[in-house]
Amino acid sequence: MNIHEYQAKEIFRKHGIPVPWGEVAETPEQAKKLAADFGKPVVVKAQVHAGGRGKAGGVKLAAGAEEAETAAGKILGMEIKGLTVRKVLVTEAMDIAAEIYVGVLMDRKLGGPLFMVSAAGGIDIEQVARETPEKIHKFAVDPLRGLRSFEARNLAFRVMPDADSAKAAAKIFPCLYQAFADSDASLAEINPLIVTKDGEVWAIDAKMNIDDNGLDRRPEIAALRDADAEAPEEGEARNSELSYVKLDGNVGCVVNGAGLAMATMDLIKHHGGDPANFLDIGGSSSPEKVTTAMRIIYADKNVKSILFNIFGGITRCDDVARGIVEAVKGSPPPIPIVVRLTGTNEEEGRKILGKTDLIPAATMDEAVQKAVELAETPGGTA
Amino acid sequence: MSILIDGKTKVVVQGATGRDGSFHTKQMLDYGTDVVAGVTPGKAGERIHGVPVFNSVEDAVNETGADTSILFVPHRFAVDAVNEAAAAGISLVVCVSEGIPILDMARVMKDLKNNSATRMIGPNSPGLISPGKSKVGIIPGQIMDQGNVGVVSRSGTLTYEVAHHLSHAGFGQSTVIGIGGDPIIGTGFIDVLRLFEADPETELVVLIGEIGGTDEEEAARFIKEKMSKPVVAFIAGQTAPPGRRMGHAGAIVSGGKGTAKEKIEAFRDVNVEVADIPSRIVDLVKAKLS
Repeated sequence: MNIHEYQAKEIFRKHGIPVPWGEVAETPEQAKKLAADFGKPVVVKAQVHAGGRGKAGGVKLAAGAEEAETAAGKILGMEIKGLTVRKVLVTEAMDIAAEIYVGVLMDRKLGGPLFMVSAAGGIDIEQVARETPEKIHKFAVDPLRGLRSFEARNLAFRVMPDADSAKAAAKIFPCLYQAFADSDASLAEINPLIVTKDGEVWAIDAKMNIDDNGLDRRPEIAALRDADAEAPEEGEARNSELSYVKLDGNVGCVVNGAGLAMATMDLIKHHGGDPANFLDIGGSSSPEKVTTAMRIIYADKNVKSILFNIFGGITRCDDVARGIVEAVKGSPPPIPIVVRLTGTNEEEGRKILGKTDLIPAATMDEAVQKAVELAETPGGTA
Repeated sequence: MSILIDGKTKVVVQGATGRDGSFHTKQMLDYGTDVVAGVTPGKAGERIHGVPVFNSVEDAVNETGADTSILFVPHRFAVDAVNEAAAAGISLVVCVSEGIPILDMARVMKDLKNNSATRMIGPNSPGLISPGKSKVGIIPGQIMDQGNVGVVSRSGTLTYEVAHHLSHAGFGQSTVIGIGGDPIIGTGFIDVLRLFEADPETELVVLIGEIGGTDEEEAARFIKEKMSKPVVAFIAGQTAPPGRRMGHAGAIVSGGKGTAKEKIEAFRDVNVEVADIPSRIVDLVKAKLS
């Protein structure tokens, strides 16, 4: 899950990281009032789950309240990488003498957290990694111990411009690691950490991504989810413990297991079709889950055919069959449904489906081919 | 032969009296797995499908000589259960649970590395099966046949799909193992490839990867440098959009890294053939083994 800069900054503040004043506005008038009350130059920043906000015009400096209002007026409603900006952060403008990158992420290859610092702050760190990787200093944090003071000092002295700012940064780094660990983050980043002309050290940007598996035990962080930033069906799917990702195609798919679901999408493409979604109904599927899955797919108006690809392991084919029948009960399916069931209790499953309008298929290839053909046939009959 | 488990493997089921634990204990027993103990704190003295239940893994090991454990506990208890198994001297722990926070798994892995000789498979794994000998996990036994093809995969049901094709075409399996769909896992592709390379029964390995991370790329390098046996591959997720998690916590293309295309190229660069669709894996196996 992604959270916004202003939310990440709040978490940073709670962990003792120096973050300048800032508040959120949803209208230009609010931005004007915030800037007027603050009384000093501000920066107005788009709050949206996309990188490259600056380049897209989503970050503007404002000398006073009027300018803040104008800037907010331009930024609110703007689209950045397909996402509409609905909130801006109005925050103190600072005099920057040096910009440092500081980040910690869960590194898969390492199998644990990796702390990274670079004197090349304020720019896209992935670009630094590609072009001048020697400018990034990395340290594998022992997840059983956290980032220790001397480790933080050693990193700080490599990237900070002078001893005073290095000492200040060395206090901030362990706080950042703690914010990362206490939030079950997969990434926590300050880019940049700045040194002002007066020698003060501040975190003026913040980014955090949260490990979805940690949300159960972090309700305060789960509550930060921005419902506007995802398709409504994705929220419904999550609440029913289904994994759903909306795509642009017209073949809806319902599959048990993530790997098989991806392979099904790929096979649809292979046979000349376009998948409408990724949907994994999971291992222990119940008829209710299948019903929810059907409702979500029916809501997608692009869908012209539906494909069930079920290979029963823990998932019982009769449960899935009952769910499909339940979901289409009372009215014939408005769009053709192809069903492939293999595995545990498949005979019972097929018997249940035999009395319906559903189109059976014996293999994954056959099922996908039928579903692709039906999606391309006007009126839905092949 | 086979890898990791065989007819001599003695299994303890952690969480054996729960709904899933009980169901799969029965499934494993029916398959012929030597399930020697169950563990549910507070239920010592009971029996589940005839198997004695103990309060702790330590008691189960002392009384029955169990060497392998499988967890059917909710994800929030899984970390403690893995640690308990390791502390009791279990050599192989299979973690089926999905949804364990990644930082917890990083801590478990560090702890296992520092303090024990225990190997973990998973989390978010369907377990493993050595057909005709033993299964530890939830893989449906009826679709497997004993044979010479080793199968290693990050997926569950996609593995069943592939194994089903293999069995139908007459290619039995030495061991089929699902290493799990999480970003940090106990046993990776390279660990398993090394075991298959050393296993006299295994003649060929089918590797099933997916988007996310660089494990497949590293496996490709390992195959080139260390393996004499043929390997064929399949990669799921060619149509997955970047930046979105595709079910598995580990299946995500991030920062342009971890795409199916890169992985397929990595394999082709080292002359490992990659099937374009799952049903063609069998054709590649056939070509190598005949």
